[in-house]
This record gives sequence, structure tokens and C-alpha cells, in this order.
Amino acid sequence: MDKKHPPTGSTMVEKILAARAGQEKVKPGELVNVTVDLALGNDVTAPVAIKEFSRFALDQVFDPDKIVLVPDHFTPNKDIASAEQAMVVRRFAEKYSINNYFEIGRMGIEHALLPEQGLVWPGAVIIGADSHTCTYGALGAFATGVGSTDLAAAMATGEAWFKVPPTLQFIFSGTLPEWVSGKDLILHTIGQIGVDGARYKAMEFTGPVIDNLSMDGRLTMCNMAIEAGGKCGYVQPDGITFQYLEGRVTKLYQSVYSDSDVEYEKVFHFDISNLEPQIAFPPSPDNVRPVSEAGNIKIDQVVIGSCTNGRIEDLRIAARVLQNKKVHPRVRLIVFPATQHIYRQAIEEGLISIFVEAEAAISTPTCGPCLGGHMGILARGEKALSTTNRNFVGRMGHPESEVYLCNPAVAAASAVVGRIVHPREVV
Amino acid sequence: MILEGRIWIFGDNIDTDAIIAARYLNTSEPQELAAHLMEDIHPEFPGLVEPGDIIVAGQNFGCGSSREHAPLAIKGAGISCVIARSFARIFYRNAINIGLPILECPDDLSMLQEGRDRLQVDLDEGKITAPGSGLVYRAIPFPPFMQELIGRGGLIEYVKSRLQK
Ligand code: SF4
Repeated sequence: MDKKHPPTGSTMVEKILAARAGQEKVKPGELVNVTVDLALGNDVTAPVAIKEFSRFALDQVFDPDKIVLVPDHFTPNKDIASAEQAMVVRRFAEKYSINNYFEIGRMGIEHALLPEQGLVWPGAVIIGADSHTCTYGALGAFATGVGSTDLAAAMATGEAWFKVPPTLQFIFSGTLPEWVSGKDLILHTIGQIGVDGARYKAMEFTGPVIDNLSMDGRLTMCNMAIEAGGKCGYVQPDGITFQYLEGRVTKLYQSVYSDSDVEYEKVFHFDISNLEPQIAFPPSPDNVRPVSEAGNIKIDQVVIGSCTNGRIEDLRIAARVLQNKKVHPRVRLIVFPATQHIYRQAIEEGLISIFVEAEAAISTPTCGPCLGGHMGILARGEKALSTTNRNFVGRMGHPESEVYLCNPAVAAASAVVGRIVHPREVV
Repeated sequence: MILEGRIWIFGDNIDTDAIIAARYLNTSEPQELAAHLMEDIHPEFPGLVEPGDIIVAGQNFGCGSSREHAPLAIKGAGISCVIARSFARIFYRNAINIGLPILECPDDLSMLQEGRDRLQVDLDEGKITAPGSGLVYRAIPFPPFMQELIGRGGLIEYVKSRLQK
């Protein structure tokens, strides 16, 4: 790594965008056209992009190695219509020799999969036709969600247009209390600034707490930048980043850092020494309360998984809570390891046995219930507690069902008790 | 271009799950999607909406998932324009990219009444008029790059013309 000190006063994101637009410097609000390192689509968004791409009548994509296709939303195919959508993606990947196509049995939820496969590195520009593409900022990349038409254009040209975002800085100080994790930091942040508090903006997460936060925790935080309306979230590369990248990314990359004399649009200071696990009540991720103020909420289903909290650290903490316990007789617990690799790791570490012994259902990696797709849909009036990222009306099933969001420890403990509780009530 | 239509009023933070629920994402046909537009928050809406109607909404319209199916469903229902106090950024891009007219209007439109008021929209000038009361509202004009995108009929046509060069 070599730390660069170009002209004063630019953020990490501004520097990445400037470099890729071939400019010395960019300012918030400026429109730039940049080259992308990776363009991502899934089985819901890629079919629309492929249809649009066909309008170019091209016999090749700009670079087959810079396109990633992950059928994860309705796979394993949930019905005939989704099977046909998945087939459109598979055929496209074959036709255009896209090697980064991940079939079930080898795949994972896109935003857990790409970092794990070494497809994300500091300084990279990544667009994805999926709003949670912002996850990759955890590795010091500029990554943001776009639409299917944007993906179609990028597959043809290798470029995308952006408005340079202003940046909000979030400084977390204090020490992380037990059972409190990256999920709680981001829920707390969204609770403070609201679901449009960072609309069109970049969110820089920093401070002593972030310096010590695991990569899994950072990925969870950046994943939910979009829930505050953010264009991207990021953590600047450090020792934890480089350790994560070792053995995954072999190409040379250039880490980029915000200057010390940056003028942020706003700076937020959060001392989190007394932060409790946070719960986002329906129907919005900013409707956040500490778990002690949750009241007596009985739950019917608990979901542990997704691109937010389906990584190995999440499964470890859930297993720690569930060890030698049984899920409450009235509750259904569904655990989704986020990738095939994490699934295998969980088997090797004995976590899956703990879940099965506790009477949880385990699923192959899929988005499944996170978006109300399949594998755990809610009936009218049911309540779910979930480690996912959205709790909008009807998100997990019937419009009159409800979703509460939390960290994996709270989810596991609540599955045992049958209502929303602090993990210390169980462990 | 000048549009005129009946208005439908929605609040703040209307997310793309509300615009079109994920259970309908196994198709991308605008007509099929339109049959379920706003269904979870306004079950009768798909049956009531008519071509030319205008959606008037609050802050952060289209937040949440990046699904382009949301503006496609709106377009499929024949909605001529969406006017909101502000839009979530991916929805904003998507609408422009597929050529769905949208306008950001910071003026207070809360006195407008659904089922009674109509609006006239001048897209080029960014002017919104209520023919009943004669009140005029100002929308934020698009930057020139986006005007060019819209003028060419969306991103695909824009890129096509660049690829041909
Ligand atoms: S797990 Fe949920 S939030 Fe993540 S990509 Fe899948 S549907 Fe989207």
C-alpha cells in the first residue's frame, strides 16, 4: 500500500471518481463519466438489462471479465416464471463468455459473494443493478446501486455516469458493548438521520470503533448505507482490510484515502459505549428503538441471513446464543448462510449442527424471504424478526405482516424466547 | 411537452416494494407489472388509475430496492408524470434512463385534492399549473446532461448514438 497525497481536500470517493474520469479533482455536484471495474446483475435485474442490451445489437460485451451475474433472488428457481428469468441470465453468460456467472451450489448472495471471491478491492469502481451494491465500500471501493438500463449501458461501454456526491462523516467513539455489532451501529445511524438523511450522499464511517470493527461488521454497515438513502458507504482501507484481501485479490491495486483537510457536508459524532442492541420497527428502517424499549413483541418467524448478516461471524454469534437451546415451540427459525463457502465453513465449525439441534431450518444460500421471494413468506398478521435490511410494508409476505430488524444475537435469543429480547436474557 | 391529468396523492418515503412488490418481479412486462402498481398500500389503485394520470408524492419517492420494475410499472399503467418533493437516487436515474417523466418540486402541493384537482405540466419549462385554482408551481430543471438523455429518449438511445460515433 502506498498512501498518496494529491491536491488538498478531497474525500476517498472524490479521488476515486476523479482518477477514473481522468480529472485532477472533482467537486460534489459535478457530473462525471467514469470507467467501471465491475458491473453486476442478478436474476431479477439482469433480464431487464439483457433485454435493453439487445437493442445495441452488439456481438460482445465491453469486457467479459468485468461483468458478474449472480442468480440469487428467486433461486433455486421458485416457479416457472423465475426459472425462465434465470435461464435468460444463464444463456447470456454462455453467449458472451462471462466467467463470473455463479450457479447454485457454487454461489452466494451477490454482496456476500463478490468480496469473498476477491472481486472487490480498494479504489475499484463497481456498479450493480441492485441497491445493496454499496456493501463493497467496506473494502475502500466506490460501489453503488444503479438500475437495469444503467447495467445494460455499462455492459456495452464499460462506463457509467455519476453526480459526485457530497460526503457525510460518521465518527464512532467509545467501546462496543457486548452483543452490540456493526448492525446496531448502522441501525442507530439510520435512526438518527432518517431514511433520506444521506440521500444522494456518500457516508464515511470512521473513528476508533470502526478501526477495531471486523470486516464482516464493516460490510454490514456499508450494506445499509442505502437504507439512509446513501449513494455509497465506505471505510478507508487499513490493516483489517489488507488482511481480508490477502489471498483473495492478487491484482495490484491502489488504496485511496480522504485527505485530513476535507470539508465534509456534515460530521456526526456517536459515542456508542452505552449503545444497546437496536431494533428497527416496521414499516421503516429508521423506526429504531433500543431493545429494552421494544416492549412485548411476540414473533412467529426469525430469519438469520442475507447480504446484511449472513456471514460467518453472524452465524458464529447466533450459534453461540443457540448452543444447547431449542427454538420456542411457536417460532420458526430459518438460517441462511450467505454463500456456499460460508455454508461449508459453518459445517466445519459445527455451527450447522447447533442450528439443527436447536430445531432451526437451514437453507442453501438465496435471498429467499429477505425480499418476500420464497422460502419463508409471512401470512396475514404474522410478525418476523430478521437480520435483513428492510422492513417495508409487505417486504416478507402479506401486506399485513410485519418485519422487525435486528442483529444476529438478538434474532437467535428472541427465537428461543418467542418474543424480542436482549441476548443476555438467554445466554 | 405539455401533459395534463388527474392526480393521485402519495406520502413521503414511498418505497419500491410498495410501488411493485417483489412477488411480482418474476416478470418485467410493464402491463403485467402495472396490474399490481401500489397494490400493497392502495389495493384498488390498479383498477382506478387511467392513462394520463399524474402521481404527486412527498419526499424520497422510490426509495429502497433498485428494481427498474418500479418505474416500468408506473409507465405501464400509463402514468404521464411523477411529481415529488424529492426522489431517491436510483429511482431518479431509472426513470430518466427509461424515459418516464419525473419532476422534483419543492413547493408545497399538500392543498391539492385527489379526485378533484388536475394538474398541467410543462416538462420543458418545469412549470406545474393547477387549472382549477390557477396556482403555478416551479419544478427544479434538469441539468443539461440529463436533458440530453431525456431528449434522446433515454440512456439506451444516448449510448447507441455514442457507439455509432
Ligand atoms: S439478501 Fe435481500 S437485500 Fe440482499 S441482495 Fe438479496 S434481496 Fe437484496
